[in-house]
Amino acid sequence: MDGSKMDDALTGEQKIRNFNINFGPQHPAAHGVLRLVLELDGEIVERCDPHIGLLHRGTEKLMESRTYLQNLPYFDRLDYVAPMNQEHAWCLAIEKLTGTEVPRRASLIRVLYSEIGRILNHLLNITTQAMDVGALTPPLWGFEEREKLMIFYERACGARLHAAYFRPGGVHQDLPDALIDDIEAWSHTFPAVMDDIDGLLTENRIFKQRNADIGVVTEEDILKYGFSGVMVRGSGLAWDLRRSQPYECYDEFEFQIPVGKNGDCYDRYLVRMEEMRQSLSIIRQAISKLRETPGDILARGKLTPPKRGDMKRSMESLIHHFKLYTEGFHVPAGEVYAAVEAPKGEFGVYLVADGTNKPYRAKLRAPGYLHLQAMDYVAKGHQLADVAAIIGTMDVVFGEIDR
Amino acid sequence: MTEALKELGALIELKRPDCVLGWDVSFGELNVDVAPANIAGLVEFLRAEPRCKFSSLVDVTAVDYPERAKRFDVVYHFLSMYQNHRIRLRVSIREDEMLPSIVDVHPSANWFEREVFDMFGILFTGHPDLRRILTDYGFRGYPLRKDFPTTGYTEVRYDEAQKRVVYEPVNLVQEYRQFDFMSPWEGAEYILPGDEKEGAK
Repeated sequence: MDGSKMDDALTGEQKIRNFNINFGPQHPAAHGVLRLVLELDGEIVERCDPHIGLLHRGTEKLMESRTYLQNLPYFDRLDYVAPMNQEHAWCLAIEKLTGTEVPRRASLIRVLYSEIGRILNHLLNITTQAMDVGALTPPLWGFEEREKLMIFYERACGARLHAAYFRPGGVHQDLPDALIDDIEAWSHTFPAVMDDIDGLLTENRIFKQRNADIGVVTEEDILKYGFSGVMVRGSGLAWDLRRSQPYECYDEFEFQIPVGKNGDCYDRYLVRMEEMRQSLSIIRQAISKLRETPGDILARGKLTPPKRGDMKRSMESLIHHFKLYTEGFHVPAGEVYAAVEAPKGEFGVYLVADGTNKPYRAKLRAPGYLHLQAMDYVAKGHQLADVAAIIGTMDVVFGEIDR
Repeated sequence: MTEALKELGALIELKRPDCVLGWDVSFGELNVDVAPANIAGLVEFLRAEPRCKFSSLVDVTAVDYPERAKRFDVVYHFLSMYQNHRIRLRVSIREDEMLPSIVDVHPSANWFEREVFDMFGILFTGHPDLRRILTDYGFRGYPLRKDFPTTGYTEVRYDEAQKRVVYEPVNLVQEYRQFDFMSPWEGAEYILPGDEKEGAK
């Protein structure tokens, strides 16, 4: 429809040409600083060219001049919606290279907080995606729950968002019993909130119209565009790294992997809802296991600081503490790839170590990067309004995409 | 797990001896060194071969080793959701060499190759749209090369007089602090202050 065959249209003004618009970088539905250059034919998207990098901070470059421990907080700033899941990948990579065994209690705490992170992420994603398609109440309710979870973050590590809680060799500090009790108490109140959100959205006519049959992803697309996480499970593939390539102690937890049928935005919403319920069940299992497993939360050794009490009495411990926090620990040369099932998909770290106290090269593999890449393919032929729904359901966060 | 990976490595070497320069299994991961010219063919083979079925591209990145003649290692990670295993391909290339693009086999390589081009300046032949991706519009240089300073060369600020953003050379009030915490007693590679005469002997 470029108007070239419309012979009866005499003036140039009447010729129809495609319309280019900029979606973002300051658009509330773009979930961050995304600039989409959309070519529209009427209201139909013909071409979609995402321009990313507006939040590029050069994390990978910065990491090359910092020690392994100093690099850890950078991971909170990648996907700032579920910070601890990213730290997890970094710790796993270091532990793989150094051959460190994490104490069981630390492992359980990591699982507990990874699942809290998953709920944090899905709450934000579901509710803001609902806002993108016109619902205003879900974000208010969702953020209220997120607030409670942030407080659990704060009580564990002192920070609501930039936690730096998972450390190579374990976690920073032990959880007090009162906190574990409170998390359990919360886990009994949360299903009611889930039902509320469920009641607002699942059978909501507008929500269904805006999401069902929008952004359909097939198995072939998944392979072609390298999707992971909910983008895969929404299309019926039961692929979850927690199950298929278990890390930490996920193999001893019981949970189901929800899968969708049609691979559209609505199915991905349903998968996320069910995943939150499964995470809740993992949280409860982790709590009951935690109560039975007292013990240390750090693999004491070169990677981790000595106990405070030891430092007061032992000169070696004091020296070790000083050297650990100035020079940092050395990681043997080698290269590893460690991946976790982050809420958004497979978050991986490719770490090249050269035997010094700094990583030679670290590549952060963000799931959202690949999801957004497929935007041109997925959004083609949809209405302009659907672009917001698709971005929402792809679950993009620019901290991790732009790095 | 390691046994299965060793079998897989041997199988790939057997089937495609022209591509594989060497392989090993370390830290429970399979590494294969590949000749640059044959990368696209091998990736296609890995995707189609039923015992490999590396259908998802996980990552493409590069590592810079300035002291080597073949300066860059381009590293590919693949995952098979069907066979549940991973593989890493390493291709060493010189700075002036170009690498065939694998976008035709895996469309998801598109942005990854753009990023490698953006960060390292490695060119991919046959890539449909090799633009910069993460850096600023009009950016110069390749930030992740080891000879690129962490501070960069230019800085931006909003100029009130000109009413626009201006680019200026980086002006540091103090030297960018690259801390060296290595113990001077254990093989420091520099001469300690006061030890200059000692080193001359």
